[in-house]
Amino acid sequence: MEPIIQMTGLGRDFHVRERLRRRKVVAVDDLTVGVEPGEAVGYIGANGAGKSTTIKMLTGILVPTRGEVRTCGLHPVRERRRLARQVGVVFGQRSQLWWDLPVQESFRILAAVHALTGEAERARTGELVEQLEMADFLTTPVRQLSLGQRMRAEVAAALLHSPRLVILDEPTIGLDVLSKQRLREFLVAERRLHGTTLLLTTHDMGDVERLCDRVLVIDRGRLAYDGDLPGLSRTVGAERVLVVDLSEPVPDLLDVPGTRHLASEGHGLRQRLAFDAEATTAARVLADVSRRAEVRDLAVEEPDIEDVVRRIYAARR
Amino acid sequence: MRATTRVYWRLLVAGFRRQSRYRLAALGGLVANSTFGLLKVVILFATVRAGGGAVEGYDVGLMSAYVWISQGLLGSVNLSGRSEMAERVKSGDVAVDFLRPVDVQGAAIATEVGRSLFNLLPRGLPAVLIGALVVGMAMPTHPAPYLLGAVSLLLGIVVAGATVYLIAALGFWLVDTRGLQIFYLAVSGFLAGLFVPIPLFPAWLEALAHATPFPAMLQYPVDVITARVDLAASLGLVGAQLAWLLVIGGLGQLLTRAGRRHLEVQGG
Ligand SMILES: Nc1ncnc2c1ncn2[C@@H]1O[C@H](COP(=O)(O)OP(=O)(O)OP(=O)(O)O)[C@@H](O)[C@H]1O
Ligand SMILES: [Mg+2]
Repeated sequence: MEPIIQMTGLGRDFHVRERLRRRKVVAVDDLTVGVEPGEAVGYIGANGAGKSTTIKMLTGILVPTRGEVRTCGLHPVRERRRLARQVGVVFGQRSQLWWDLPVQESFRILAAVHALTGEAERARTGELVEQLEMADFLTTPVRQLSLGQRMRAEVAAALLHSPRLVILDEPTIGLDVLSKQRLREFLVAERRLHGTTLLLTTHDMGDVERLCDRVLVIDRGRLAYDGDLPGLSRTVGAERVLVVDLSEPVPDLLDVPGTRHLASEGHGLRQRLAFDAEATTAARVLADVSRRAEVRDLAVEEPDIEDVVRRIYAARR
Repeated sequence: MRATTRVYWRLLVAGFRRQSRYRLAALGGLVANSTFGLLKVVILFATVRAGGGAVEGYDVGLMSAYVWISQGLLGSVNLSGRSEMAERVKSGDVAVDFLRPVDVQGAAIATEVGRSLFNLLPRGLPAVLIGALVVGMAMPTHPAPYLLGAVSLLLGIVVAGATVYLIAALGFWLVDTRGLQIFYLAVSGFLAGLFVPIPLFPAWLEALAHATPFPAMLQYPVDVITARVDLAASLGLVGAQLAWLLVIGGLGQLLTRAGRRHLEVQGG
C-alpha cells in the first residue's frame, strides 16, 4: 500500500534577524520517514526540536527548503485543497472555531466547508457530540468555553469530515488528568471504528503510551529514533522511579540491588529509587525495600519525554 | 458548483451573525456617523448656497441625500484598512484557513461582506432615516435607481473588502501591515468621496480619484442610488465597479498564491 505520509530528505531553514545580522536556523533537517495507513505515530522531541515545523510542511502550510513530502499521495502545497479534504489537523495553540459563535454554529460552517450532505452532517455531528460529551456546551459561544471543552470541540471540528489522516499538535496541552483520559479514549475508539491514521506530537508520555504503536523522536531537527515504545526505553535505558513512603525514618537506601538512590525526604520517610526496567522489576525492588523497612505507600513514575530525549541527546554526542 | 456557492454563502452568513453580536459598537458607530453627518450638512449646504443654490448639479436636496447615504455606508464600506484577515496573518491564525478546502481570499472576503451587510441594519438604514427626518433629502421616485443601487452598493462593499484583503495579503511578506492600513485610511475616505463629493474636486484631483478604486466603493453607489446620473451612466458606473473588482480580485489571487509560499507561520 502507498504510504499515507512520505518524507524524503525533508528540511526547512528559517532566517532570523539578530540585531543587524541574519542567522540561519535549521529547524528540520534530512527527515526521511514513511507512515503507513492505519498507524498511530507519536512524534516527540524537546521544545524547539522541529515538530511543529514538520507538521506545517506535511499539511502544506509551510514550504520545505529541501527534500520532498507527500501526504495522502498529494503534494501538500500544490494540492492543498484536495489534501484538506482528507486530513484533520489540530494545533493545540490555535483555534479553528469561530470565537464569537456558538460551538454548533462552527460545526455547521465546517460541514458546509467540507460539503457534507445534510444526512452525513447530522450523523457525524451526533456521533462526535455523544462521544466527546459536548451536549452541554453546544450552544455556548466558543470564547466562553473552558480549555478542556474547547479542546474537545477543536478535535471534533478537525474530525467532522472523517479524515483519513489526523494530525494533532499537542492536543492534550493544559488538560487535567480526566480530560486527557477522555480525549485518549475517544481517539482510540475513533481509530478502531474508522481505521484512521494518527500522528500526534506531545510532551506527555501518557499520550504516547495509550495511543501510539510507533514513536519518532526528533532532536534538533533530525530524526533520532524510529521504533516502538519499549524499544525506545531499551535504547536510552530510561529508568523508572519507585517512590516509597516508609512507616518510620530510615537511613538512605543506598544498597538495594539494581537501583540508584535519587533522594530522600522527611529524614528518610519518603525515598526515591531509580531502576532500569530491563535489569529488574518494580516487584523485586519493592521486596528488597520491604526487607529493610515497612512500606506504607508507593508509586512508580514513568520516564518523562524530556528525560528520554535528554538521554538520546547525550547518547548521540 | 452549488456546493461551492453554499460554502461562501455560509461564510458570509457567519460573518453577518458574528457582527450581530456587537450591537453596542453598532450604536456607537451610528451616533458618530450621524453627528459627523450633521457637520457635513452644515458645511456642504453652505457651499451649495454660496454657489447660488446649486454646485456641479448638487442642490440642497441632492447634497443631503449624498451626505446621509455616504454616512450610512460608512459602517459597511471598509475605508479603515483594518480587517480580520490582516489580524489573522499577523497572528499566524491564517494557517488554520489554509487547512480548509476553500479559497482563502474568497473566504476572507465573504466573511468581510457578511459583516458589512449586517452593519447596514443598525448603522446604514438609521443614518439615512435620521437624515431624511431631521434634514430632508431628495430621492428618486421610480424603482430603477433603487434596484441598480442595491447592486452597486453590494459591489462597493465587495470592492472595498477585496482591496482591504490586498493589504492583508501583503502581510505574508510584511507580517505587520498596520502602516499600510494607516496609509489606506488616510487616502481612502477622501478619494472615495466621503468628505466632499468627487464632482466638486478640481479637475486634476477628480481624474486622480477615478484612477483609483476608491470612488467605486462609495461615490458610485451613492450616485446610482440618488440617480445623480441617468440610467445609462449608472450602468456605466456599475460596469466600472465590476472592472475594479476583477482587477483587484485577480491581484488578490496572485498575491495569495505567491504569499503562501513565503508565509512563515510562527509559533504553535
Ligand atoms: N516562523 C519561524 N521563524 C523563525 N524561526 C522559526 C519559525 N518557526 C520555527 N522556528 C524555529 O525552528 C525551530 C523548530 O521550531 P518548532 O516550532 O518546529 O519546534 P517544536 O518541536 O514544535 O517545539 P515545541 O515543543 O516547543 O512546540 C525552533 O528553533 C524555532 O525557533
Ligand atoms: Mg510545537
